[in-house]
Amino acid sequence: MTKSNFSRRGVLKTGAIASAGLALPTYLRADGHSGFTNAPGDSQVILGFNVPQTGPYADEGADELRAYELAVEHLNGGGDGGMLGTFSSKVLDGTGILGREVKYVTGDTQTKSDAARASARSMIEKDGAIMITGGSSSGVAVAVQALCQEAGIIFMAGLTHSNDTTGKDKRANGFRHFFNSYMSGAALAPVLAANYGTDRKAYHLTADYNWGYTTEEAVKSSTEALGWETVNAVKTPLTQTDFSSYIAPVLNSGADVLVLNHYGGNMVNSLTNAVQFGLREAQANGQNFEIVVPLYSRLMAKGAGANVKGIFGSTNWHWSLQDEGSKAFVRSFGTKYGFPPSQAAHTTYVQTLLYADAVTRANSFNPCAVAEALEDFEFDGLGNGKTLYRGDDHQCFKDVLVVKGKENPENEFDLLEIVEVTPVDQVTYAPDHPQFAGGDLGTCNPGA
Amino acid sequence: MDQIILQILNGLDKGSAYALIALGLTLIFGTLGVVNFAHGALFMMGAFVSVTVSKLLTLSHKVVDETRTDFLGNPLQVDVPYVYDWFGQGAGDAIIDWAVPISIIFAIPIMVTIGFIMERGLIKHFYKRPHADQILVTFGLAIVLQEVIKYFYGANPIPTPAPSAFTGSFDFGVAFGFDPNAIIYPYWRLVYFFFSVIVIGAVFAFLQFTTFGMVVRAGMADRETVGMLGINIDKRFTVMFGIAAAVAGLAGVMYVPINPPNYHMGMDFLVLSFVVVVVGGMGSLPGAVAAGFLLGILESFASMSAVINILPGINQIIIYLVAIIILLTRPRGLMGRKGVMEE
Repeated sequence: MTKSNFSRRGVLKTGAIASAGLALPTYLRADGHSGFTNAPGDSQVILGFNVPQTGPYADEGADELRAYELAVEHLNGGGDGGMLGTFSSKVLDGTGILGREVKYVTGDTQTKSDAARASARSMIEKDGAIMITGGSSSGVAVAVQALCQEAGIIFMAGLTHSNDTTGKDKRANGFRHFFNSYMSGAALAPVLAANYGTDRKAYHLTADYNWGYTTEEAVKSSTEALGWETVNAVKTPLTQTDFSSYIAPVLNSGADVLVLNHYGGNMVNSLTNAVQFGLREAQANGQNFEIVVPLYSRLMAKGAGANVKGIFGSTNWHWSLQDEGSKAFVRSFGTKYGFPPSQAAHTTYVQTLLYADAVTRANSFNPCAVAEALEDFEFDGLGNGKTLYRGDDHQCFKDVLVVKGKENPENEFDLLEIVEVTPVDQVTYAPDHPQFAGGDLGTCNPGA
Repeated sequence: MDQIILQILNGLDKGSAYALIALGLTLIFGTLGVVNFAHGALFMMGAFVSVTVSKLLTLSHKVVDETRTDFLGNPLQVDVPYVYDWFGQGAGDAIIDWAVPISIIFAIPIMVTIGFIMERGLIKHFYKRPHADQILVTFGLAIVLQEVIKYFYGANPIPTPAPSAFTGSFDFGVAFGFDPNAIIYPYWRLVYFFFSVIVIGAVFAFLQFTTFGMVVRAGMADRETVGMLGINIDKRFTVMFGIAAAVAGLAGVMYVPINPPNYHMGMDFLVLSFVVVVVGGMGSLPGAVAAGFLLGILESFASMSAVINILPGINQIIIYLVAIIILLTRPRGLMGRKGVMEE
């Protein structure tokens, strides 16, 4: 005969503790054996792809998702391996990440901070995602990065260009491969000076939000350092669709260059309106009037159509690059989907590979070990030449492309031509640069 | 002075779009008593008729060009539009160039049909329901329509340029004795303004000078009595819904060269158009047109940097501020009739 040791009080106590434990959100619960959030099992690891699937940037989000699917395929040994073959680090062998098959879940950011946080939270808590990546806006990147910091999850940012992502809003768990406003200004200014001269008067139209401010500041300071004068800088509402009343006074303002610190739909419409008003053919101060778009994207250039012809801007990457990494990526992506990848697709693909590589080198999924492996990591073969993931602010430093709207495109993808590959030294800045001041990286949070 | 003239001109084309959409909204409200939140979507659908016609005119077959390669290094497949085959390259180019004006011919029957289907298929079931129900169902319909468009055309704006004869801008300054470049205005925006004046004039003439219009006006004033005279006023009101849809659609067709259309463009105009209708006076057609132009011009003035420097943020609130002032001083709007929305 066996004797039970259970007492009524003991069972109640144990039950209460167990219930409280289960009720805790997953990300607040330290995994007993691992010491970090969402430690994967032995067979698979789940990544969370948080991209805009609805809303105005849905097309860009769709391209990011295509790139993520391609990256997962390559990590798991499928396809032609893409950039795994050209990446300078050789630890990834097509057997997943640390021998675990890579699975993924997706969320819809809707390009709204609250929706993006909700979808990221859901992927972390419900799906057990070990890493969150993606996005097509700096507002979203900053919001999701802060959430990942709290949750003890690594955030590999997608398309985010504001200085603040790795400036005043930087976080120890967040990493950005994409370039930023400062780099755009530093790369563009010399090309603008070489093409348009140093005696120029610029008029800025700036989208009235975080990214617009940092881009305006970056382009202003870079061009003013080369002798340009800024005659006016006008903020335009983010919801503005017709920019005619902002553009009409430009030609009579004494300016001879219009800088459009706009992205997405804002850029498409303001550039279209500027060209309609004849600014591209106009003369001012005895010189040809010029228009500049600091941040270009091929998808947006497509929206603006022929209006982009001859207009300078900067971009993180372009499919026409001829290095081995870019060629391999374009081949994989183009063969699978039938068209070349966008810069958003490139940065998200690369971020996924960089994460997988860091985990493998660290031999751990622990976010702090991964962060340590990414910090000051130097690599090559991923399409931007030699690149450094700087430990001080988790920003990648690499060459920046200055591009121009192509005069005679040969097909619907052939919209931009590379004018100059600005070397990384020219776009590198000190971690305490004033345009990035005010933030604190803090310490890595494993979620334990 | 030149800046003032410039902003008045700017306001005219913006006002044209507001006036055309508000005119349609008022027609529907005045005849059927329905608050149609899907009206912005009709404007958007009109724009996409233009996009569709452009796409159809540039429908192509592939011809392999062995001398060139695509991005993957394969022989380049060049798109050759069928209109080149049918009419020769010169005439084909001209047809493609004039895609937007050509779209008008297609837009009228398409938009009238869409209006008919909307009214008979959905909206007629909500005539006797409260305005809140009408707003909910039409708003829901607007979301469905824009998602349908997004499904087929994507989320990115689609460039649909004006005929090359209308690209560039006209220097009013030189014509009126100001400095060159002081008052410039794009040709297509002028076209848009005159087009909207013609459409508005045609709608008013139709209502004023035809028997059908007379009956509709009588129905708007006193539906019950007209019904008692043995006239099937519902049928005529359905036709008016179709006409209102066509007016919104035409506003959209001609708007695409001004800003590349996307699935969301209707929503951008919808709220402003309702403000225009309320400011103009619910149910008043001349009020809607007058308020459309007035608010368009005011919005342009509020965007001047001289004004923003004095009152930061005024460009974002001017329309609503003016609406509040007008409604406080004239609760029925500029030309509102007594008894409308007051029961």
